[in-house]
Amino acid sequence: MTPEKAISSNSINLDYVPHKPRNWLGLLLTIWAFILLGVTLLPLALVIVYVFIKGASRLDWSLFTQLPPPPLQSGGGIGHAIIGTLMLVGIAALMSIPTGILGGIYLSEFSPQKIGRWIRFAANVLSGVPSIIMGIFAYGVLVVTMDSFSAIAGGFALAILMLPIVVRTTDEALQLVPQEVRWASVGVGASNFHTVLQIVLPAAVPAILTGTTLAVARAAGETAPLIFTVLYSQFWPEGLFSPVPSLSVLIYNFATVPYENQRELAWAASLVLVTLVLLTSIISRLTTRHKKY
Amino acid sequence: MFEVSLLLLLMSQSTLATTNQNKVRSLWEKITDRSFLWLTGLFAFSVAGILIWIALQVALQAQPAIAEFGLQFLTSSSWNPPEQAYGILPAVYGTLISSLFALLLAVPIGLASAIILSEDFLPPSLRRSLVFLVELLAAIPSVVYGLWGIYVLIPFFKPIGDWLHNHFGWVPFFSTDYIGPGMLPAGIILSIMILPILTTIARDSLAAVPPELRAASYGVGATRWQTMFSVLIPAAFSGIVGGIMLALGRALGETMAVTLVIGNSHNLDVSLLAPASTIASLMANQFSEADDLQKSALLYAGLILFVITLIVNILAELIIRQVKKY
Repeated sequence: MTPEKAISSNSINLDYVPHKPRNWLGLLLTIWAFILLGVTLLPLALVIVYVFIKGASRLDWSLFTQLPPPPLQSGGGIGHAIIGTLMLVGIAALMSIPTGILGGIYLSEFSPQKIGRWIRFAANVLSGVPSIIMGIFAYGVLVVTMDSFSAIAGGFALAILMLPIVVRTTDEALQLVPQEVRWASVGVGASNFHTVLQIVLPAAVPAILTGTTLAVARAAGETAPLIFTVLYSQFWPEGLFSPVPSLSVLIYNFATVPYENQRELAWAASLVLVTLVLLTSIISRLTTRHKKY
Repeated sequence: MFEVSLLLLLMSQSTLATTNQNKVRSLWEKITDRSFLWLTGLFAFSVAGILIWIALQVALQAQPAIAEFGLQFLTSSSWNPPEQAYGILPAVYGTLISSLFALLLAVPIGLASAIILSEDFLPPSLRRSLVFLVELLAAIPSVVYGLWGIYVLIPFFKPIGDWLHNHFGWVPFFSTDYIGPGMLPAGIILSIMILPILTTIARDSLAAVPPELRAASYGVGATRWQTMFSVLIPAAFSGIVGGIMLALGRALGETMAVTLVIGNSHNLDVSLLAPASTIASLMANQFSEADDLQKSALLYAGLILFVITLIVNILAELIIRQVKKY
């Protein structure tokens, strides 16, 4: 009885003592960390608020249906750039999604462990390569050989940007499908081909869809690869083998001009682009709330 | 969904079995299976192939400039199209300084955010939403950050830049007037853009530390922050460093936002308030009007950027791979 009493009453006090350094220092650090978290999130709020305030003044029907006017004229819209961005992203999606999904299937289902590790490594490194490098790569591969800036070349650059994301998403989504499902399928006599395409892949489709939608959204906002491959045009897109306009290059071109009307159009284009990207992010986030397994 | 298809498959198999006792797969089925395997393998290997192809292609295009300037390209600071003399020292300097400046700002902020988002300061549902908001920060297109930087960030930092110059003008970093576009706004924009990747990776590696370590630390009487600094951060250290390296890779190659706010001057100036350029901004700014040798010089600059980011990214991947030890 006596030693315990001595400890609890004299040498060690187990009550919370606010003025001890470990306690007030901890509180201070907590407050400081919360402030820094606020600093992290502040730019998001500021950018979105500014884009909405500045862009909203031009938000009307003509924004989506008209071409931007020459300098010093008012009115106009960015319809051609919206179509152009959709074209470029469409080409990129057509090129990268099928190839990426097949590559991801190999990684998750068929690859020997060692090879799989190396390919995943390569995919991660590829996704860290700056987008401007994809631009000069596509420039050399397609623009120089075809001797013209074209929508195809831009789509190709964006496709390479998306490819590693699609591969990794597919890979990760397929690995989440329990092994028993594959055993069951093979056990009733299905071939690999049938097991993957009819049993495993359908179960992973929601997750793959989320990842690819996010990749598409990212690609839609990319600018650097486009200025080396597609350039820009002031007119409606004319086809796959000529320069086409895009929202992001329009923003870049109009950001530094001295003409008020064109600057307003740049803000309006930012509004369209940001809304597009945020909506896809939020929707794909909400739809994958519930997991299948 | 797949239960139904499994059932269908079962049924078709059983009808097959009654009508056809031959259990050997048909040649056609074997061919399909084989070629499917090969096809997926081909596309998986193409990911690695593309990486090599990019390196070769960019090196090939830069060949004329490499032959012309050699390694002097890195140490010369003239950029003179009429005389065909090109060197990218100022751009290399600008690339490194802007990225390091961005890291200096972003690492403490990102780490603090990661700590809040990985510990139980807040209820889990609120934490999840905050993590999502941080991820959204990465979704905003680079060019939009640039536009915002020109019209919001640069004017906002005008008084701060002036104050720094007036009071600390003797420090080389603040020795010029704040004229607007320059290294300071570029570094700040970059730090905003790398915060999400830094925060998410640091958060993930902190959250991956086994709960036993935390419990043991609390058990011997450490406070939350003592546990954080002497147990959790050391345990998650390699993951955090990997995240910082990945962020550095992003910062080095970031193009549009930087091009719009850095001022694109090809002078080497130590002052953070003066206009500068990076390799990426140099390329974005000059490529469309460049002639043959200048184009090749820009592609050479691109090759150098590619090599730098490649090294940084490979290191980052190797470090992050270490994290999976728990």
